[in-house]
Amino acid sequence: MSIETAPPATEADLSGQDPDDLGLSRSDYRTLFFTMFLQREFEERIYRLFRQGRLAGAAYAGAGHEAIAAGSGYALSKQDVLLPMHRVIGTHFLRGHTPRDMMCQYMGRANGPTRGRDGNMHCGSVDKKIISMISHLGSNIPVAVGVALASKIRKENLVALTFIGEGGTSIGDFHEGLNFAAVRKLPMVLIIENNKFAYSTPAALEYACENLIDRAPGYGIPGVLIDGTDVREVYKATKAAVDRARNGDGPTLIEATCTRLEGHAQHDSASYVPKEVLEEGWKNDPVVKAANMLVDDQHFSPEEIEAIKTEVVGVVDDAVSFAEKSPVPVPEDALKDVYAD
Amino acid sequence: MKSTYLEAISSGLREEMARDESVFCLGEDIGVYGGAFKVTDGLFDEFGEDRVIDTPLAEAAIIGAAMGSAIMGMRPVAEMQFADFITTGFNQLVNNAAKTYYRWGAKVPMVIRCPSGAIGNAGPFHSQNPEAWFFRVPGLKIVTPSTPYDAKGLLKAAIRDNNPVLYFEHKALYRDKQISQVLPDEDYTVPIGEAALRREGTDITIISYGKMVHKSLEAAEVLSKDGIDVEVLDLRSLLPFDREMILTSVKKTSRLLIVHEDTLTGGIGGEMAAIIADEAFEYLDAPIKRVAAIDTPVPFSPPLENFFLPNTEKIVETLRDLAAF
Repeated sequence: MSIETAPPATEADLSGQDPDDLGLSRSDYRTLFFTMFLQREFEERIYRLFRQGRLAGAAYAGAGHEAIAAGSGYALSKQDVLLPMHRVIGTHFLRGHTPRDMMCQYMGRANGPTRGRDGNMHCGSVDKKIISMISHLGSNIPVAVGVALASKIRKENLVALTFIGEGGTSIGDFHEGLNFAAVRKLPMVLIIENNKFAYSTPAALEYACENLIDRAPGYGIPGVLIDGTDVREVYKATKAAVDRARNGDGPTLIEATCTRLEGHAQHDSASYVPKEVLEEGWKNDPVVKAANMLVDDQHFSPEEIEAIKTEVVGVVDDAVSFAEKSPVPVPEDALKDVYAD
Repeated sequence: MKSTYLEAISSGLREEMARDESVFCLGEDIGVYGGAFKVTDGLFDEFGEDRVIDTPLAEAAIIGAAMGSAIMGMRPVAEMQFADFITTGFNQLVNNAAKTYYRWGAKVPMVIRCPSGAIGNAGPFHSQNPEAWFFRVPGLKIVTPSTPYDAKGLLKAAIRDNNPVLYFEHKALYRDKQISQVLPDEDYTVPIGEAALRREGTDITIISYGKMVHKSLEAAEVLSKDGIDVEVLDLRSLLPFDREMILTSVKKTSRLLIVHEDTLTGGIGGEMAAIIADEAFEYLDAPIKRVAAIDTPVPFSPPLENFFLPNTEKIVETLRDLAAF
């Protein structure tokens, strides 16, 4: 079994690469950047609304994970199935949950994707091929296995893409699911978003191997280590893994490194994260990095980048005002839909 | 020709797989080997390796994968080799599968077959009746057939249902020739949520399910010799259960005994007692009684296991107390 290992983040140097070898057009790059900035802007707004008491429940952000969200989500084809986690809201946007949908979801409105039954990132859609996460991280890895199994049984050629944090790799479902997928060569891609902290627990207290992809050979599958702050690298690695899965060659484990730029959730100041880790993380901000890359590669002018940002701010403004005007659920609706007909 | 309980389950599975291509089986040792109890024997040869899937030893993965395939429109029937082992997949059932439709509207039509109950001194980890752990989980359905007819009809209903259904099959009934039945040639289902009146009576109502239905009927027969007329209800489905039939029967007899093989505390019987106390209190002429296993792990050694389990004698004794009250 060959192990493809891309250079770790610190050694990555894309300056000499021809961006066009990914087969992405200017319009593709626009979508990627739009998605990344939308994730950043949307979640900053969520935090602000939460502090203002305009949101119920809890607010999570994926600041630092934008490249993972956009790059991986964009590597899927329409028939593929996405099983996202809470730091990749950009993948929801790419598959058709609109900012209005997600804002209604956060605000517990009757017209949100779960009609107020669940909050924040806990939503899915059969039509959009998004399977909702649950709070028990790792649980959706076996579910992705089932999606991939159904695909194989029916020869549908679709791929299941799911995620886990470096902390979530400690739970049993990670092992059970990955092993099952490997044994049956199922079309599944699992991305570890390694942001160095599981809530407050540092990576060194979650695993003892050097990199988490070191586990891949133990499952007999390829492991790919990538810089999760580089959207092109994420896209490239995910696309290769998705193609491989679609060809019937089985699952791939991708470890995408990044820095969690905020606390675990809005309530968490993350005082336990060393200052220099955060400083380094912000210096390597994936959103800024993507904007610079697009300008440096002369895909977009700085003015065009600013225009995209302005457009995104407008989209988020619209989502907030739409959600705040949307109806809240009727209390008795809580009784409905415990069972499907 | 008569079918055993086990043959009824097998034939239900076979017919559903033939009827609907989206039905498939997964579990440990169910394919080439035909299952630890041989329920899936022959299905691998008949339907092929894509529809009878031998999985790794991993219950969370089995249940989670069943859920994922169900969301994609398949109708998986997952086997827990022993009902006891369902605990390692608990989270996938109670948090993931059970809450999915309510939360975001995806249907999860899946069946988890759970060989349950004590037989052959199998000890603490191969004898349990874990239905009560799931009884309080909105979004799950639970069925517990006691006869070959119901075993087949409820399995078919469970497979055709659009929700996660736990199907508890009592291992002691698998090859019990005394309960064998001639089954209809034509396709039939037993509706989930409907109890069955197994014996009509006017003096005392027994509510039971699974293997204990047969012990209750034996006890009722003993009491009939004393001129005490016992009615026996077989719940068949625990979630949802047939509230109406229970209430109707207790209002008629005014005395209630609940019998289950699961342990007493926190068992199904407590909820049945609460409902009767709440909705039929003024009809009762005696305290509500329960016969169940004692509150210990299932012990291995024959004298210990016999002491642990409810049986006909214990039911008879409690019925006599109730009649005399």
